Parts: sequence; structure tokens; C-alpha cells
Amino acid sequence: MKRLFTLLQRELSVFYYSPIAYIVLFLFLILNGLSFWFAIALLNRAPSENTVVQVFFNSAFFWISYLLVFPVITMRSFAEEFKLGTIETLMTAPVRDWEVVASKFMAAMLFYLSLWLPSLFYFLIFGWLGNRSAIGSAAQVWAPYLLLLVMGMFNVALGCLASAMTSDQIVAAMISLMLTIGFFFVTLINYVVNSSSPILREMTAYVAQLDHMDSFSRGVVDSRVFVFYPSMAFLLLFITYQIFQYRRWKV
Amino acid sequence: MIKVEQLTKRYPGVVAIQDLSFEVDKGEIVGFLGPNGAGKSTTMRILSSFVPPTFGRAYIAGHDVFRDSLKARRHLGYLPESVPLYGDMRVNEYLRYRGSLKGLSGKKLQNRADAVKELCGLKEIEHKLIASLSKGYRQRVGLAEALIHEPDLLILDEPTIGLDPNQIRHVRELIKSLGKRHTILLSTHILSEVEVTCSRVIIIHRGKIEASDTPENLVGRIRTSGTIRVEATTGSDDPVEVLERIDGVKSVVANQEDGWHRCLIRVEANSDLREDIFRLAVERRWKIRELTQERATLEDVFVELTHTDN
Repeated sequence: MKRLFTLLQRELSVFYYSPIAYIVLFLFLILNGLSFWFAIALLNRAPSENTVVQVFFNSAFFWISYLLVFPVITMRSFAEEFKLGTIETLMTAPVRDWEVVASKFMAAMLFYLSLWLPSLFYFLIFGWLGNRSAIGSAAQVWAPYLLLLVMGMFNVALGCLASAMTSDQIVAAMISLMLTIGFFFVTLINYVVNSSSPILREMTAYVAQLDHMDSFSRGVVDSRVFVFYPSMAFLLLFITYQIFQYRRWKV
Repeated sequence: MIKVEQLTKRYPGVVAIQDLSFEVDKGEIVGFLGPNGAGKSTTMRILSSFVPPTFGRAYIAGHDVFRDSLKARRHLGYLPESVPLYGDMRVNEYLRYRGSLKGLSGKKLQNRADAVKELCGLKEIEHKLIASLSKGYRQRVGLAEALIHEPDLLILDEPTIGLDPNQIRHVRELIKSLGKRHTILLSTHILSEVEVTCSRVIIIHRGKIEASDTPENLVGRIRTSGTIRVEATTGSDDPVEVLERIDGVKSVVANQEDGWHRCLIRVEANSDLREDIFRLAVERRWKIRELTQERATLEDVFVELTHTDN
């Protein structure tokens, strides 16, 4: 446990030592701010049944920042170790392979979660300033964040998998972006195919991140996602672990 | 401390090491020699449980490096050939991170970090970023890292590569002093270094052990090296032409200075042609002021064992 903590500390420090973290944080603040401003502006224009939370989490700004962040925060994790050769010192220290995979995943998750903190404060402050009805119920505020947590697990695990496959950060980022966006667009099959095949609809419904966010931001919490996304993340991390081991033994 | 049994590692299309068996006892400093590509690094990587062998077993302090990997690794300090380090960390921070990864904490961690900084001369650069360090300092950081948890066994893959002569001397002294408390397996291409530091030498070539003995015994095995030095006045004779006529002479290089010819004669190893040369000189009425056979060195042994004609 202590080793895992040491590894996690190191992985987290990697984020905050590199300028990329601050660029991502900065861009995220801007995009989230725009998204928030956009939501309020929309509600100011005319009476609406939507809450600020709903508009915020269903805007294009939100989805762009959400999808682009995963390659950036995960591309480095394994690829850089292979490129620098530090994988050799890392894996000849008394640490287990799964501890390394877990620490890299957890560090990326913590950084990812920290990116959403400011927006949570927007809502809390906005509600505190007297617009409780525009925010909606407590569940309507917390539910999207719970969904962000589990969807994040899935996408961060995808990114880790991509990073473990190559020694080049850029290639890792490309693979990760492809996978993330690929899964995101599965949702759209639902609309395109338009109920011709109920089985396909049912299958794509599991990874329909757009639809999930739509219902969660209304405060409708669907428990299936809490099983599906974490278990998929676990499966992806298991594959990552296998690839990681295979690559290090192939050196 | 190290026990290797029939270790074999094959990569697609290449056999890196084949059927390697050797042992290293506690307290030994063993030099691991061989030409580039002989399988030194591969063996060291297997011993450090970084890559698995295709076949065979290896033990460190009685623990199988793969079945009981974590226990084996706790006894080991390993310095890889390329000395990979995290450039974004500071020296002190890096040493503390690695120490804590190897199970140190609290006061003990601080004491060990201070001790290895002192030992490797890193005190004055402890707050510098590793990325800004020179090659020599990086090497020392790597060595300090390998030493931080006081391992019983140190495996050093070319610890002096890329260092200047002063730094090489420093590292050599360091290794010698470490040998009092640690068992050391080190690979290097600087053979003079091995002669002074190592108590035993293992020479591998094409993945197989060619020799394993003390440096003295190895050198003793080749009694004389293949070079004879002659300094003579030869009158009207051309020394190169005359000397090359002697049986067993491979080649002669001569240059002249103040009427004296300095000749370097390459002969077969283990043959002594000094008497023949002396007899010839007497016959030809040459005046000789030097006739010596150069003492064999580990380098001669190395060349003899690993020389290939292709």
C-alpha cells in the first residue's frame, strides 16, 4: 500500500511539473466558463424548462473539452517511461506490475477530477446567490458529476491502454483520441439507424454518453452506468496490464 | 549471492545467451567482460528480473528472479547501461522517491539519502534538476540510487562509460570501497579497471562463457603477449625485412631515430622469439640496447578469447 502511494505521488507530481497540466487547466477554465456563461445567457433570453446544469452539461463546449482532455492527460503515462528507458529502473525496483498500472490510472483520474472542480463551484455559488430554482435539486447537481466520474474511468482507461501500446506520446494521443471519439460517436448510431434494429439500439445504449448525460443532468440516475463503465475500465486496465508486461518482456 | 543455471535467452532470430551457468559468492567483485553484443546486458537484465529468460534459472540471495521476483529485487541495486533517470525531478527528490519505493521511510530514508549523496559526491547538486546534469553526475545519481537501500548485491552495467579519466578513477575507487560490504557484478570495456578492482573475471563471447577466473590466473594462462620490442642499430640491413624472415613473426613495424631502429614485432601469443632475435643480431653484428617481450595483460586474454577473424 505504501508503495502504491509512493508511485501515485510520483505520477501526480509528473502532472504538476509539466507545463501541459497548466495549459489544460487554463483551457478547461475557459471552456467551462464559456459553457456556464452560455447556459445563463440562454436561460436569460426566454423562460425555459431546463436548468443551468442541464444546459451546461449538454453544450458543445462541454463535450469538446470533455473528449479532448483524455488523450492529453494519459498520453504520457506509459509511453514516456518506455521512451526514456526509465521503465527499466522502475520495474527492477521491488514493485508489482499492477501497482504501476494502478498508480498511473489513479493519478490520471485524480487530475481529471480536479479539472471539474471549478465548474462545481460555479453551480454552488450560483445557487447560493439565490437562483436555487435555476440550478435544480441537489440530485440534479450531483448526478452529472457522478456520471463524469464513471465515464472518466472508462475513457482514462482507454487512454492508458493507448499509451501502453507505443513509446511515442503523440502516437499514444492519436490512438487515444480515436478510441475516445469512436466510442462517443457510437451514440449517434442510435439516431442514424433509427430503431430498425432493437438489439443494436440496446447495445449502443450502454456506451451512449450523450444520452446518459442527458438523463443524469435531469437528475435521473440510471444505476446501469455504475456497473458498465467501471467494469469496462477494469477490463481495459487488465488489457493495459497485459500489454505493458508483454512490451517490457520483449525489450 | 548469484546463482545462474543454464540460462538461455532467445530473441526472434537471435540467441543472445546460451546455456550460461555461473555463481558469484558473497563479497566478490566480479568483472563481466565480453565484446559488444556478447550478451552481458541481457544477462544483467535477466538477473535484475527485467526480462525473463527463455530457459534456465537465476537466483539472487536464494530467491528465483522470476518466481520470487520481489524478494530477489529487494536484495539488488541495479544500474542499467543507459542510466535512465527522470529529468523533471531534482536529485534529492529522486533519491528519496527511489528510496521510498525500495521500502525506506522516515528518518532511515533521510539518513540513507544523505549517506549516498555524500558517498557519490552529490551534496552540492542535490537541488538541481536531473535534466540539467552532466553525464558524469547522471552516472553518479544512478549509482547513488542503486545504493540507497544498502543492497547485498550491486549489478552495474558499464558504470564508467562516457566518463572522463578523473571521474573513472573516482568511480573505480568507489566500487573498490563498496566491495568491502557489497557483492558486485560489473560489466565494462576498460580492462585495466577490471585488473585493479575485480577479484574474478567472467568473459563471455557469443552468449557463452569463455573463461572464469581471477585476473592473475587468466593473464598467467597466456604467459607472454604477442609483442616484442627491439631497439638496435642494424648497419646497412633493413630490420623489417630481416626480422620478418624469422619463423613465427607475424609483422614488424620499425621507425628510425638517431640511427637507432625501434621495432615492434608482433608474434604468436605464447611464443618467445627473443633468443632467435638475439642470435640473428649477433650474426648480423647489430648493436642492441633493448630487447623485451611485453607483459601480457587482460586485454591480450580478452582479445585471444573473443577474437574472431570475420
